[in-house]
Amino acid sequence: MPTHGETVLEVRDLVKHFPLTQGVVFRRQIGAVRAVDGVSFDLHKGETLGIVGESGCGKSTLAKLIMSLEKPTSGTVTWRGQDIYGLKGRDFAQMRRSIQMVMQDPYASLNPRMTVGDIVGEPYEIHPEVAPKGDRRRRVQELLDLVGLNPEHINRYPHQFSGGQRQRIGIARGLALRPEIIVCDEPVSALDVSVQAQVMNLLDSLQRDLGLSYIFIAHDLSVVRHISDRVAVMYLGSMVEIGSDEAIYDHPTHPYTQALLSAVPVPDPTRRNSRERILLTGDVPSPANPPSGCRFRTRCWKAQDICAKEPPPLVDRAAHAHPSACHFAEEKSAQQLAG
Amino acid sequence: MTDTNVQTGAGGIGDKAAVPGTDPAGELGPVSTQAPLPEERRASLAADAWRELRRSPIFWISSAIIAVYVAIAIAPGLFSGIDAYDTNQCDLSQSLAGPSGEHWFGRDFQGCDVYANIIYGTRNSLAVGFIVVFATFLIGTPLGAVAGFYGGLTDSILSRILDIFNGIPYFLAGLIILVTLDLPSIWGVVLALTLFGWMSTARIARSAVISVRDADFVSAARSLGATRLRILLRHVMPNALAPVIVVTTISLGGVVAAEATYSFLGIGVKPPTISWGLQIADAQQYWGRARHILFFPAGALSLAVLSFILLGEAVRDALDPKLR
Repeated sequence: MPTHGETVLEVRDLVKHFPLTQGVVFRRQIGAVRAVDGVSFDLHKGETLGIVGESGCGKSTLAKLIMSLEKPTSGTVTWRGQDIYGLKGRDFAQMRRSIQMVMQDPYASLNPRMTVGDIVGEPYEIHPEVAPKGDRRRRVQELLDLVGLNPEHINRYPHQFSGGQRQRIGIARGLALRPEIIVCDEPVSALDVSVQAQVMNLLDSLQRDLGLSYIFIAHDLSVVRHISDRVAVMYLGSMVEIGSDEAIYDHPTHPYTQALLSAVPVPDPTRRNSRERILLTGDVPSPANPPSGCRFRTRCWKAQDICAKEPPPLVDRAAHAHPSACHFAEEKSAQQLAG
Repeated sequence: MTDTNVQTGAGGIGDKAAVPGTDPAGELGPVSTQAPLPEERRASLAADAWRELRRSPIFWISSAIIAVYVAIAIAPGLFSGIDAYDTNQCDLSQSLAGPSGEHWFGRDFQGCDVYANIIYGTRNSLAVGFIVVFATFLIGTPLGAVAGFYGGLTDSILSRILDIFNGIPYFLAGLIILVTLDLPSIWGVVLALTLFGWMSTARIARSAVISVRDADFVSAARSLGATRLRILLRHVMPNALAPVIVVTTISLGGVVAAEATYSFLGIGVKPPTISWGLQIADAQQYWGRARHILFFPAGALSLAVLSFILLGEAVRDALDPKLR
């Protein structure tokens, strides 16, 4: 595990509400979907922060906010001492260069009418100061080589590649500007398992070679465990637990995290029946109308009156020394969950 | 493909880009044409599309037909021994005479040669068709694209303007323009058809742009810091243009037919100007007695429309890398 260096990105109380409107001519707001509701974390240099949670918990909105593709309702993301949402002109362009993204769907994230050379070279056209014009083609070929593609395929179109190769093209594009931070929004969930491993190993080795920091969003717990130094668990727009991967996977204290981990398939039939399965009842509440207090209380087997009144803060709990947003945090060991 | 290879192979030898792996002593002919940097040529959508087009027989056939039409429009005298504008060639005693060795397409009601009329009418009909089609494309596409791309208030305003134009009856509006402005020869018809013909192009462009506006590759370009103009021109338009091209090329037939309708109503191109529309409108009255005077100008129109549609289709397919 790399030692955690300086903080490269500071996310504080990030909130994104999507307004729900009614009426055609005179629109009035009748509510809001609280996609992201008060998320805070730090990202350190050279580390990978995994973010897990089920569909609709706000992971992708969080990625879009960090990429400043969406403006937040409130909250800040601080990069090099400045809030990225207040940046203008050159500073904004500099931020774009430093924070890049690898997208989820390798079939939709590449323009079908551009050659690979144009796709990977586009960052240089947008930021011409990074590479002189005559040098760009060579750099694109280097990037293709770096991500394990044949540099001679520079004139091909995306549809001539497989899903895994396309995702490598997406990664090459993300690397072109030599960013410090790459936000990976489910970069492997559209790929089959063998290709997942290849792409993750590629991301891993690029991190070691180039000193990148990753924010790695996924819903697959084993994928996140494989690549992450720290893991954050999201539920209904907020973080319920954050800590080193050892803390989250081996000493989870939040009931939701425990339920998630107990749902991971165990590839050993003899142990299958010995472990404790936590089966949650009911559905995820609507983010337009989240429960009061603790968001998880409607499905939690430990819920008491206090859970409806007071939202539990994300702080270190007695059970294990890492932040967990539960009034009744207690450790369940990995053995109990994994059988 | 091969000629570019030879070129880059020759250039690559003296270049620093010469592949280090190849034999330094080997300036053998076959090696330089075969192996090093086989894809040094710079691919772009336009260049690849052109290469693809050059291989398409449909492109060549439709282009050849259109080229013949254009040649006829420019120099009708080369294609017909009879000058259609010379009224002496008409022989009333031969009114509605059928095709013969001397008059291939027969004679019309006035006893004038139908073939000569078609040849001499090509210029006006094609001019109306092409000018209107290109003008509606040039007006409709940007308006629709901007409305779809920017959305919000821009879209509301542009869409309402479009609705207003759509709400005005086509022929009533044409009637007013043609009667009040009284422009010479074809220009009144061109103005009327353009002014009230761009809406369908704009609609198609708008919906096509909306369908790609939120694509992932657009978000990817935004996250690289691309400007809105760059996103619109490089990412959105190339992926939204195909349906616009199809609708535009098909509309050529409708435009020439509309020109004929105006002529039929007596407000479009007026005699002594000759056009296919006029001939078709005129021929409808004699359908029971002489079918050839409708058949031949209508056939000329159909062939022109068909070639134009095929050309549009070939271009559309060439611009889609997935179809290669």
